[in-house]
Amino acid sequence: MKKVYVNEDWCLACHLCEYYCAAANSGAENMIKAFKSGKNPVPRIQVEEGSEVNFAVQCRHCDGKACVKGCIAGALSVTPEGVVVCDEEKCVGCGTCVLSCPFGCIVIDEENHRIAKCDLCTKNHDGEPACVQGCPNKAIVFEER
Amino acid sequence: MNYVIIGNSAAAVGTIAGIREFDSTGSITVISDEKYHTYSRPLISYWLQGKISDKNIMYRPADFYEKNGVTPILGKRVTKIDAENKAVVLDDGLSVPYDKLMVATGSKPFVPPMNGLDKVHYYTFMSYDSAKAIRAEAKDGMRVLIIGAGLIGLKAAEALSAYNAKITVVDMADRILPSILDVRAGVKMQKHIENQGVRFILGTSAEELSEHSAKLKNGVTVDFDMLIIAVGVRPNTELIADAGGKVDRGVITDLTQKTTLDDVYAAGDCTVSYDASSDTNKILALLPNAYMQGEVAGRNMAGREFNYVNAIPMNAIGFFGLHIITAGSYDGEEYVDEDENNYKKLVFRDNTLKGFILMGDVKRAGIYTSMIKERIDLGEVDVELMKKAPQMMMFGKARRLDKLGGISK
Repeated sequence: MKKVYVNEDWCLACHLCEYYCAAANSGAENMIKAFKSGKNPVPRIQVEEGSEVNFAVQCRHCDGKACVKGCIAGALSVTPEGVVVCDEEKCVGCGTCVLSCPFGCIVIDEENHRIAKCDLCTKNHDGEPACVQGCPNKAIVFEER
Repeated sequence: MNYVIIGNSAAAVGTIAGIREFDSTGSITVISDEKYHTYSRPLISYWLQGKISDKNIMYRPADFYEKNGVTPILGKRVTKIDAENKAVVLDDGLSVPYDKLMVATGSKPFVPPMNGLDKVHYYTFMSYDSAKAIRAEAKDGMRVLIIGAGLIGLKAAEALSAYNAKITVVDMADRILPSILDVRAGVKMQKHIENQGVRFILGTSAEELSEHSAKLKNGVTVDFDMLIIAVGVRPNTELIADAGGKVDRGVITDLTQKTTLDDVYAAGDCTVSYDASSDTNKILALLPNAYMQGEVAGRNMAGREFNYVNAIPMNAIGFFGLHIITAGSYDGEEYVDEDENNYKKLVFRDNTLKGFILMGDVKRAGIYTSMIKERIDLGEVDVELMKKAPQMMMFGKARRLDKLGGISK
């Protein structure tokens, strides 16, 4: 399955991926509307900045799937293609997946009392996920490994 | 192969998933004394609060049984396991044969003896039916007495605050949530809940209950319109014990989740687990644990060989908007960081992280959880970064790239 990978040697920590991600998942038509609507769209990708290296982290759609197995609401599931997705109607924002994810990839959306996680833009984008398209340094790639 | 599962919650659903990974044709029968399609037990407080619908309390989609080839027998209680003849007997006398049996009977509310208990109407808060009974009687502005300041009692308090209830919580312990919080975090959470209008009376218990009033041992009298008893739970072990299986507080299983009875497995809140963070056996009544035990059991029932290891206590819960995430054991060297709104405690032993408490800021807590489960040596991480916040940066490059490649243990 194609996934999002980050080359930490190339990441500039510009955080553009976070903006593209938040906007793409906000349901707004464009970036300006997404951030000027009075709501705070939540990115599902997070940039870590270090003294020598930077990188972005997002759902690994990993083999362990501790988040899906532990979800108390039955809101998290795996698509036939292997993408971990969240039914935002069902999610109650309890944080059990945040407790379970070994990569710290699941974000709590405080405003909406639910979690936000990467679904590889399967719901809101064609082809490459928004973070990959928006990365100016091609540090984020979408590929099979 | 003919699989029978007693119980219809997380452990049962995990068992179904585990079986179906390796056996798509065997028959699976699920038997539960509750009449509902599988629902999420921890969500009853959200439902009572009016935050979720009857539809969204369901743990799996409506076609779950059909898609997994499961025959549900709902609203009937198993009264006996006939281990010799490999069958379970239902309360209507029907006998259901099995080749492999899963006992996922969960736990029940523990109601201690109290003077006058027989004269009062009280509720427990463990099932959809109990939540429905409370909702049916809930009135705006009613006075509620909750006995028990643990997870269940306080979730009930939060839910009933939606009814403008005047809530008093009484507990014998001198602090709230002692099963997951230390003293300082408990005090912080207590203040937060008190600010929502909930009153606590701690370090005492009911001496005498009467129809709408409780006289406490400290001399205080609390009047109530509704009484909820939430002092604890006890595992449902009777079926296994009566059939001659080993029980020590909970059902004893091996690492494959098999009980001491041939072809009989058990998972979830009715069992005893091995807590890898404290090297002790205990009952880990947690939904993720139940699901994962069930999954391992199901795979083994289908003839494969899997062990359930690395279980630890872990909780994610919140009250009135304040999050708590905790995991592991709290016995060891401590690092504490707190401000007005947040609390963090990390506990170290044997040069590894053994436990943590996060309150308020719980972001990325799972990175800490993975450090406990994987027993990662502190020599391999940047401990200063780790103390600051859970982050992948604290791992060395090799481990980080390995992890972000997408393989979790």
